[in-house]
Amino acid sequence: MTIEVKQFVRDLSIPSPGDITRPALAGERETMVLNMGPHHPSTHGVLRLVVELDGETVVNVAPDIGYLHTGIEKSMESKTYQKALVMTDRTDYLAPLSNNLSYVLAVEQLLGCAVPERATTVRVLLVELQRIASHLVWLGTHALDLAAMSVFLYGFREREQILDIFELVSGARMMTSYFRVGGLAYDVPPEFPAAVQAFLAIMPERIDEYEALLTRNPIWLERTRGIGAIDTESAIALGVTGPALRATGFAWDLRKDMPYCGYETYEFAVPVARNGDIYDRYLVRVAEMRESVKLCTQALDRLIAHGPGPYVTSDRKIAPPPKSEITHSMESLIHHFKLWTEGFKPPRGDTLAAIESPRGELATYIVSDGSPKPYRVHLRAPSFVNLQALPHMARGHLVADLVALIASMDPVLGEVDR
Amino acid sequence: MGLEQKAGDLGIVTTSLETVVNWSRSNAMWPLLFGLACCAIEMMGSQSANYDLSRFGMEINRASPRQADLMIVAGRVSRKMAPVVRRLYDQMSDPKWVIAMGDCAACGGVFNNYAIVQGVDEVIPVDVYVAGCPPRPEALIDGIVQLHAKVHRMKLDGSIRQPVRV
Repeated sequence: MTIEVKQFVRDLSIPSPGDITRPALAGERETMVLNMGPHHPSTHGVLRLVVELDGETVVNVAPDIGYLHTGIEKSMESKTYQKALVMTDRTDYLAPLSNNLSYVLAVEQLLGCAVPERATTVRVLLVELQRIASHLVWLGTHALDLAAMSVFLYGFREREQILDIFELVSGARMMTSYFRVGGLAYDVPPEFPAAVQAFLAIMPERIDEYEALLTRNPIWLERTRGIGAIDTESAIALGVTGPALRATGFAWDLRKDMPYCGYETYEFAVPVARNGDIYDRYLVRVAEMRESVKLCTQALDRLIAHGPGPYVTSDRKIAPPPKSEITHSMESLIHHFKLWTEGFKPPRGDTLAAIESPRGELATYIVSDGSPKPYRVHLRAPSFVNLQALPHMARGHLVADLVALIASMDPVLGEVDR
Repeated sequence: MGLEQKAGDLGIVTTSLETVVNWSRSNAMWPLLFGLACCAIEMMGSQSANYDLSRFGMEINRASPRQADLMIVAGRVSRKMAPVVRRLYDQMSDPKWVIAMGDCAACGGVFNNYAIVQGVDEVIPVDVYVAGCPPRPEALIDGIVQLHAKVHRMKLDGSIRQPVRV
């Protein structure tokens, strides 16, 4: 599947805020410069947009980012590999488990470490639940921005149920840090299958409920159809991935095209749409939630069929021994001590692990110099890359459409700025 | 006081002006619609159906700082964001309160580095700190209840009556 990438034309240029604040040149029509954010209810965080307007029509938009710059990549360099995991939770805070997964996959690639089957199945199950939770926040806030409040309340109702499941397995609602290098932090509790089953049983009809509120709602259609459209070539040229790319009709999903965690053994479809506008992105994400429910069901069936088993690698150089062993085995005590004081040392080299996060392609690039701390960590954040398509999508639309457009791109500023 | 007995069953309540002012301030405290990072998602969670912050008279978030009484600093404050936070605080009209939600806003949290302000109290005065990363909605609600209790102790001249320690 190859696609010819269009030449980088002016239309795709990404203006910087400085470009827009210049006064109108002589002979040009006078435009108005409007500052939107960083404190604006619909910028989904602390995004600042400098908008050039001709009346109510958007002439140009320049995103100004960095208001949430946290120095996460730099901080990870000063922590051991196990401790740097905690930082990944806090980049894309709507999908912490997806970030965990990308990071641990990268470290496992560096180490050449095998992960038990049970851990991989639980990872797939939880990451798909995370995708649903993330899409629910997107759906709720997107609808809220277009003044449909009920969807927000409904969406958060189901999201709480997913967070309860996360709390059950890890003790934390959001920042779980549950995936560890070599497997999981601990085994899932016995109540886990029943809790997931209860959620999966109600979720399909709850998605029907959201669709009943929005899919044929005339106001929703008016606000989203034909707005902020992008074609496949431009989307690829700008590096757009995830639901925004699939909404243009290009079925690119890393779970199918570059499978990880055994996704090739699951049955699921990659939803696509045709026009690449806000409405299509909505349709794609809602369809993705349904596919995630299917994936969760399959993963749960496997988990039950395989029965109990190891949830973390038995390599004591990577994963700590169970606490019960420490009390009567000297070697275990030494392993435990070495792991928590020094950490493990991956061989020199670099690696990249890419996954399909709810927002698009999330990749972790790690350079190892053979020490217990990463020499460099880089996160390929989908929100950051997708955001550069915003000026291209917004030009020519009304300023009110900009609100819908930002919501439909679902940027998480923690991930954009890192 | 005896006035109730004299006035009889006329539906008259006697109280001090201070109590009425504090009661109205604490029962219709409008937060600024303002989120920074992860904690903002939990703040949204506490306003949604399951935790229902409107039970405490706080369901109306105001997007304009001019109409808000309470700023919930939900998330990490970066060096680039700190002047904006200060400006928003300055734009809020008195009386105003601040809750530092989460470890990042309280003390920098896990991010002890060049980019993050080590506690929003470097920039603006804070009334209540809520610990957690992120705090559960229950923890935020507890922080808000604590703030309401603090408002109830306010005197008309703006000073605060210290709680009685037993």
